[in-house]
Amino acid sequence: MAIELNGKTYETDEEGYLLNLNEWDRDVAEILAKDEGVDMTESHWEVIDFLREYYDEYQIAPAVRVLTKAIGKKLGKEKGNSKYLYELFPYGPAKQACKIAGLPKPTGCI
Amino acid sequence: MADFQIPELREYPTIPKLEEGATAHLSPFIAKPDHQEALGFPGELVENWEQKAIEEMGDLLNKYRSFRVYMDACVKCGSCTDKCHYFQGTNDPKNMPVARQDLLRSVYRRYFTLPGKYFPKLVGARDLTREVLDEWYSYFHQCSQCRRCSVFCPYGIDTAEISMAAREIMDRIGHGQKYCNEILGKVHKVGNNLGLPAPALESTLESFEEEIFEDTGAKVKLPLDVKGADVLLITPSADFFAEPHIDGLMGYAKVFHAAGVSWTLSSYASEGANFSMFIGSYANLKRAAERIRDAAIELGVKRIIVGECGHAWRVAYSFWNTVAGIGSGGNDPYAKKLQDQLDHSYPIPQHICEFTWGYIQEGKLNLDPSENDWRTLTFHDSCNVARGSGMGGYPGGQFDIPRNVIKAVCNNFVDMDPDTIHEKTFCCGGGGGLLTDDLMEIRVKGALPRMEALKAVVDEHKVTNLAAICAICKSQFTKVLPYYNMPMDMIVSVHQLVSDAIILEPSPDDDDEDDEDSQDD
Repeated sequence: MAIELNGKTYETDEEGYLLNLNEWDRDVAEILAKDEGVDMTESHWEVIDFLREYYDEYQIAPAVRVLTKAIGKKLGKEKGNSKYLYELFPYGPAKQACKIAGLPKPTGCI
Repeated sequence: MADFQIPELREYPTIPKLEEGATAHLSPFIAKPDHQEALGFPGELVENWEQKAIEEMGDLLNKYRSFRVYMDACVKCGSCTDKCHYFQGTNDPKNMPVARQDLLRSVYRRYFTLPGKYFPKLVGARDLTREVLDEWYSYFHQCSQCRRCSVFCPYGIDTAEISMAAREIMDRIGHGQKYCNEILGKVHKVGNNLGLPAPALESTLESFEEEIFEDTGAKVKLPLDVKGADVLLITPSADFFAEPHIDGLMGYAKVFHAAGVSWTLSSYASEGANFSMFIGSYANLKRAAERIRDAAIELGVKRIIVGECGHAWRVAYSFWNTVAGIGSGGNDPYAKKLQDQLDHSYPIPQHICEFTWGYIQEGKLNLDPSENDWRTLTFHDSCNVARGSGMGGYPGGQFDIPRNVIKAVCNNFVDMDPDTIHEKTFCCGGGGGLLTDDLMEIRVKGALPRMEALKAVVDEHKVTNLAAICAICKSQFTKVLPYYNMPMDMIVSVHQLVSDAIILEPSPDDDDEDDEDSQDD
């Protein structure tokens, strides 16, 4: 499967996750988000940016708690909880936000 | 919310109205060649797969006497028919345990029994065709291997073992499931289901230590790779990643801290889960277990404790001893070495609930159950703990001990309907390698009986939370509760409740400079 956009082709797996992390850009993120029914706002981008930074450093998505704490530090304590993240990414911050951020799908008993 | 019909909660008992082929369309993603090959299986469906499948079936029949008995023994009494949660939730007659067994049994009869060879039609025997293979793939991934049906079978036929055998045959002909096989490959390569590398694990654990310190003022450690620690904790990697699992992990850490027991996690063996059981692969099960043995020998620990994970505990309790020498048994030099190293005055392995309950009984933990007074709890027995293992060294210990722990830290506890707990517990709907997004329909439908029993105690006793000791159950409930109009955070870890009730002394200031800037909350 693939996404065609501005003359570029983005390969995806059968679940719609990008196959090549380095191909990711904001335009394709918008398309991925639209497929998920997520309307990207500044708040969404804050999360996506953090996920990509964390992945760059650790080659894995952060634990939900690490993510909520980081968001809390950046955007204020009232936003540092999983409820806020679920409001942004209703299917779950781990999987849905990773997909939009172009990261591989987290696997396991999660 | 869903592109399928979410079942209505029913009055108990309800006899399902059959819907032929209701979930015949369900079929999880097929494993990619690299997922397959990492486990020693062919990358894709082999050319002569029909012949090969029959050979592999013959191999399993010769290896596992139980498998042959299960193929032969069924008398079609009907006792199992309505005991499966997937049957209850889908009404698909092929989800009756006997019908699921017959998918394999019909082929067994055709190729391995005299009447089946000569008069196939008379004995329900059929050729192995592509349609049969597709049916296997679909319906053996609509079984969570929970073994509830086997409790009711007068012959004790274990559908889980039949389903494991079917998956093993499919793996061996190159037709495996992506979810299980990709994950198991990560365990072999990185050490855990998540593929979480050591630096990420280390940083995550530090972040949890900070959180506990901020909450309690106590410097509770989550040690990693500490040589010479007494205890090696083997826990599902979901405990490092997902909620409410993380809160359970912090609970274990607090108990170790309060009990004054030195412990460590291993970055090499950072996974309790062993999906080899779901795919029936003894070779992979042994390989994943040996990784844990290697870590135990390397770290020089005296005890091995297993965190809240259902099938991990079954593997640890029932298989570790013979496959890896963790516990008595095992005859190779490494197994012997580990035997000499471990302290045999403790159970090997020991469940975290046994450990905590021991210290509660000795009065060594300072607990304030009123911290949980805003909650009313019920407990979900996880299948592999309830029907596949024991705890505490006496029959039924696996039912009592987690409940004892909960009752010691919570004043409000009620059980669900007796037909849905203990050895008759209903699966969460996501066990056995089904906890994947591509099987969401069967997960939601299979959760129905558990949701009905839960809703009954919510309505009658104002239950606010459901506690569990299995990573899969916790993730599955987080996902499916909202489909049944219950909040996702209703599900909690048992050690999360301990964590909320345990009173820790704030740690004295160390000489070294700590960068935490405040100790007030």
